[in-house]
Amino acid sequence: MSIDKDTVKHISKLARISLDDKKVDSLSKNLSSIIDFIEKLNELNTDKIIPLTSIIEASLSSRKDEVNNEKIRDQILKNSPEKNEEFFVVPKVIE
Amino acid sequence: MHDLAKKTLCSLVEGIKKKKFTSEEITNSFIDNSQKARKLNTYITTNFDNALEKAKNFDKKGNFEGLLSGIPIAVKDLFCTKDIKTTAGSKMLNNFIPTYESTVTSNLWKEGAFLLGKLNCDEFAMGSSNETSFFDNVINPYGDKLTPGGSSGGSASALAANLTPVTIGTDTGGSIRQPASFTGTVGLKPTYGRCSRYGIVAFASSLDQAGPMTQNVEDCALLLEAMSSYDSKDSTSVNIKVDNYKKNLTEKVKGLKIGIPNEYRVEDMPDEIDHLWKKGIEFLKDAGAIIKDITLPHTKYALPSYYIVAPAEASSNLARYDGVKYGHRSKGDSLVEMYENTRSEGFGDEVKRRILIGTYVLSSGYYDAYYIKAQKVRQLIKNDFDKVFKNVDAVLTPSTPSAAFKVGDKKDDPISMYLNDVFTVPVNLAGLPAISVPAGYDKNRLPLGLQLIGKAFDEQTILNLSLAIEKRAGFKREINEWWKQ
Repeated sequence: MSIDKDTVKHISKLARISLDDKKVDSLSKNLSSIIDFIEKLNELNTDKIIPLTSIIEASLSSRKDEVNNEKIRDQILKNSPEKNEEFFVVPKVIE
Repeated sequence: MHDLAKKTLCSLVEGIKKKKFTSEEITNSFIDNSQKARKLNTYITTNFDNALEKAKNFDKKGNFEGLLSGIPIAVKDLFCTKDIKTTAGSKMLNNFIPTYESTVTSNLWKEGAFLLGKLNCDEFAMGSSNETSFFDNVINPYGDKLTPGGSSGGSASALAANLTPVTIGTDTGGSIRQPASFTGTVGLKPTYGRCSRYGIVAFASSLDQAGPMTQNVEDCALLLEAMSSYDSKDSTSVNIKVDNYKKNLTEKVKGLKIGIPNEYRVEDMPDEIDHLWKKGIEFLKDAGAIIKDITLPHTKYALPSYYIVAPAEASSNLARYDGVKYGHRSKGDSLVEMYENTRSEGFGDEVKRRILIGTYVLSSGYYDAYYIKAQKVRQLIKNDFDKVFKNVDAVLTPSTPSAAFKVGDKKDDPISMYLNDVFTVPVNLAGLPAISVPAGYDKNRLPLGLQLIGKAFDEQTILNLSLAIEKRAGFKREINEWWKQ
């Protein structure tokens, strides 16, 4: 199946990546060839197969429900592009 | 002094313990080699001054009890290192300085090693040639126009050029084994869950594993032992005892059954790869192993299913790069515009491609047709291996369908680039351990590797078989150090 330019624009919107028209063009070709490649899977009948969701056979372990009071706010904020005391700063969202 | 940099990890560890040389001497010799090898472009960040200080401190009052006492190690720049820039080869993280350490690297430091620097890789580990790195491509010591493979290409080149005694990489679809094969070095992808993923920049979380890259099999056993551990910070880490891989290493493999899968004889495979594979079979027969023909019927569907599963997970994992909490940020009038500009400017072309494919296969109306379908095929691939491992102890295949290719050769054709990983990807889908061991040369005297695939958590058997191959292949890296300045 080919991925037309409108589809590229739609998924780039979903993925929050802005693209110029030239990029949309080349991606439409690239992505179509990749989708063609992965559609080889349609040769296989998988009606009765259960999808593999985890390669680990053991179930996930749970930890004790204890308060882990690490004070790491400053560490978390350390790499933020813009901050104000203890907050991340982003462009205005509410008028 | 330079001969020190050519020694194996095991002989360096032993030499330090016996006080034949100091950690400072070793560290100086790797720093010296690294500084003369800028043409290879292996380092993104160096940590030389710090490493020298650590070495001097070690020589004054070192603890000789660790598995890696006094050893400097450069690692792939996908491992978070506390207070040292970690970029994942991306502009997006060009200013990111982690405030914490990955479990795997902290395991190395606990055993007495210290950080020499951070090595170049494909952006977010997405690539098979190291050409997608924001910090330019890495050159293979085997030739000034050759790629080292990828995504752990900087690691493979640095190791092959003796810029670091050993290194660690990560492998999502072949990113340790393929560059190891391209540079005449040993690379092992452990069983999924053997090494903690905590602190490794995530690509496709159900496939990613860290692993050792070394000059020989004995070093590989030692480094695997040092880096592996159960870790409660990684919910998919498996609590199984880490073996004494080095102590238990033996080339006595008599009676082990080795499967040869017919499906790995792919179209257009060069004769020399087929020839190498036959040689590998002869080596193992000579060591007393029993060779069996086996079938892994869904092999040809591994790559297409990988190129659904991996981008789907990547698109979800990389959603975190939004310009708010860390990493690159671009300007925008609204929040959404800021997101879109940040991600457009911060990610390179291949990463964008994969995020978009992943978004597409997970999007409403396509999820069942692509993503669920791929997970079903993944189950079939795992079933193939489960069945085979009832009758054999390991599987032998070539590591790659060709030797190292030239820079630029496959850059504009994603499918031909993806085909590089045809022999390595099935193992990641099935979560199994596999190793690439250098076994010969192609007609241009470029190294070629053989791959051994083992049962889950049976890294020891594939290490032992690799040792048997290593002893018989008599492979020697032949490089004239043309890059030295």
